[in-house]
Amino acid sequence: MARAGLISARSGWSAAALLPLAFLSLFFAWPVLAIVSLGLREGGVVSALFSGETWELVGFTLGQAAASTLVAVLAGLPVAFVLARCRIRGLGLVRAAVMVPFVLPTVVVGLAFRTFWPDGGVLPIILANAFFNVAVVARTVGGLWAHTDRRAEDAARALGASRPRAFLSVVLPALAPAIGSAAAVVFLFCATSFGVVLVLGGSRYRTLETEIYLRTVELFDLSGAAALSLLQFAAVLAVLVLGALARRRRETALSLRGREELARRPSGGEWYVVAAAGLVVVALLTPVIGLVARSLSTRDGWSFAGYAALATRGDRGTLAVTGLDAAFNSVRTAFDATTVALVVGVFSAVVLVGLRRSGGRIAEVLDTALMLPLGVSAVTVGFGYLVTMDALPGDFRTSPLLVPLAQALVVTPLIVRMVLPVLRAVDERLRQAAATLGASPVRVWREVDLPLVGRSLVAAAGFGYVVALGEFGATSFLARPDAPTLPVVIARLMSRPGELNSQMAYAACALLMVVTVGCVLLIERLRVPSSGEF
Amino acid sequence: MALELDSITVRYGQTAAVSDVSLTVADGEVVALLGPSGCGKSTLLRTIAGLEKPSAGSVCWDSADLAGVPVHKREFGLVFQDGQLFPHRSVAGNVAFGLRMHRVDRFERDKRVLSLLELVGLEGYADRRVTQLSGGEQQRVALARALAPSPRLLLLDEPLSALDRALREQLAVDLARLLREAATTALVVTHDHDEAFTLADRVAIMSRGRIVQVGPPAEVWSSPVDVETAKFLGCNKFVPGSFVGLSVERVGLRATALRVADSGALEGTVLERVHRRDHVRLLVEIDGEEYEAVGPMTEVGDRVRLEIDLDGVARVG
Repeated sequence: MARAGLISARSGWSAAALLPLAFLSLFFAWPVLAIVSLGLREGGVVSALFSGETWELVGFTLGQAAASTLVAVLAGLPVAFVLARCRIRGLGLVRAAVMVPFVLPTVVVGLAFRTFWPDGGVLPIILANAFFNVAVVARTVGGLWAHTDRRAEDAARALGASRPRAFLSVVLPALAPAIGSAAAVVFLFCATSFGVVLVLGGSRYRTLETEIYLRTVELFDLSGAAALSLLQFAAVLAVLVLGALARRRRETALSLRGREELARRPSGGEWYVVAAAGLVVVALLTPVIGLVARSLSTRDGWSFAGYAALATRGDRGTLAVTGLDAAFNSVRTAFDATTVALVVGVFSAVVLVGLRRSGGRIAEVLDTALMLPLGVSAVTVGFGYLVTMDALPGDFRTSPLLVPLAQALVVTPLIVRMVLPVLRAVDERLRQAAATLGASPVRVWREVDLPLVGRSLVAAAGFGYVVALGEFGATSFLARPDAPTLPVVIARLMSRPGELNSQMAYAACALLMVVTVGCVLLIERLRVPSSGEF
Repeated sequence: MALELDSITVRYGQTAAVSDVSLTVADGEVVALLGPSGCGKSTLLRTIAGLEKPSAGSVCWDSADLAGVPVHKREFGLVFQDGQLFPHRSVAGNVAFGLRMHRVDRFERDKRVLSLLELVGLEGYADRRVTQLSGGEQQRVALARALAPSPRLLLLDEPLSALDRALREQLAVDLARLLREAATTALVVTHDHDEAFTLADRVAIMSRGRIVQVGPPAEVWSSPVDVETAKFLGCNKFVPGSFVGLSVERVGLRATALRVADSGALEGTVLERVHRRDHVRLLVEIDGEEYEAVGPMTEVGDRVRLEIDLDGVARVG
């Protein structure tokens, strides 16, 4: 009977898991498969797969992703140390400064680096990709570091290990799963990064992601695009599986303790690490400040001309709508996208926790499936929408929900990763206590789980909102000309001549950044206890 | 009969955590499930609460089988070892939780919360955050929370084990008084015999998933059913009854069975000496055998005379 009870609970959760899987199938798998099969039908996939040019692309994509990951990990570790172990002033500032780049719209970051490297190139691509992802390393590793028992290190020291030795032989192995999982995610982001490479690489430095875009949009070479999509998908899947393995190892027993009793004032050599972290923070803030400065300066000195121009349609009517209209549209679209992503993401997280508790194998499937949209070319998804969504009732291609849905696909995995660890951390016995006091299962969820994850839900929502706000890949493909979002407008303004246009683009970037920073500061204020896994 | 367990078996895969356990708890009675850790007593408690499903057997309340009744409809209160208070609610919010679940109106609720806080000795704590409370205070709140909806049965899972000793003894006395005053029907799981004997009207000894003996505390204490149970209840030496002048085959000796006294009939040599809280514990050699004893100050190597105290002797079997 015990078995039977467990199995019935499991089949209930498994049935619930079908809902998010259905959502993914309809709005992700179907469009992607449609575009891939379209390419396959045209033939030429095999020849594309074996052409030297393709493998050059693969080489550059993986190479720049590996280099970016290395830079991000090296820059992220000292910051992780400071966030996890040090009790010094200005920690909140460090945390916010690290977070801001991660949620900045890719186009904005591309432009920010263009203010320093006007011609683009490999170095700015690597630095810009790393710039985004320092946050992932710092938060993921710092999250684990903050809760890893310091006494293991103390024991090693007492047994005669030097500081570096203790770090290498005790601390680093304990952190390895977090570093591995962070590196996998960073690698994924860098390998599929779109906006940055497009802005900084132009047509000279191309990755799989930008090449898919160029072939689809400009060359109409669908079979080539399909071949590249398949390649990219395979690589992404491999990285995801590695990441899942790392996460599983991390969930094994570590003696975790509260941060308060572990944080100390740094001493001796630790100040060098703090200084290194300080340098990283300065390096992260430089492009941001450069961007703001650029938006205010013209050939004739400081001016608000770019900001004033946001009320117009740009130089000689570059845009179909005014900058302000685009801003309002952005705000609205991101709101819809966040709502959809929250519903799907929270539901999925709840189901995942339920499945884990009742020991279902399908949990792994759902977990990995939910991460997939992160790794598939947003362009592929966008184009897939165009060829499939007319089959849905009421021609979905012109629906105002199209862009929010595409953005929601990108945001949902992030929400799942933020909410899941917190949900999982709710003590089972706390829920049992509520049940013995007369709370039904639904009531337990409302009275115990929800309040306990409440703050991280708000944080996840805010976080998802800024990511949706900055989403560029799929949006640039799907947004109708009369209803663009701010990142799309920025890209369009940059591609047109005229000083006013570029002035306006920088101003729009600054505006987007202010909104983003505001959201991040708000999230930091909530001081969500979880580390978040991304 | 209020609670009736009939041949309950709980399996995890191949291993049986609880085997064929039958037990009854009468209305208003406090029964303690006593046994070493890992003997299955907590599993049994969780089965009664409805948190585990038995592989065989039944849990009945007033002759009605509870198999189809989920946890939240059993009206059994449960107190965990470490409180498990809701961290996002105040003390009053925790105590009121069960009342809200049972749709008690606000006025009644506030009144009941105040009277329960008074009962557990926490007047004025209503608006405190539970994270600011000490371990003992948390456990009192947990108790008040479980008692608030007037459960038909109160289940206590090692309610005092997480507390330090002085507090544990004080709280055990308080808890016993409280259960009597509220005329609560309760089942307490514990591995501490002091706790069990302080709280319970009847004690059930569990070992390896089975109940081996049930009876009033005094009876269980003085006549354990077998050597293993006797050992668990503090006997460390087993000798023929004639050794202490009893006409039984075998008795178990606790340390207090032998006391240093000049008028004693036995003679031995002190081998070791340990200071305990309220007495000195000795290891004494008598006729080539080692015995534990208690006594006033002596030095290792001293020859001492020992008398027998029958309160420290248990008839075994």
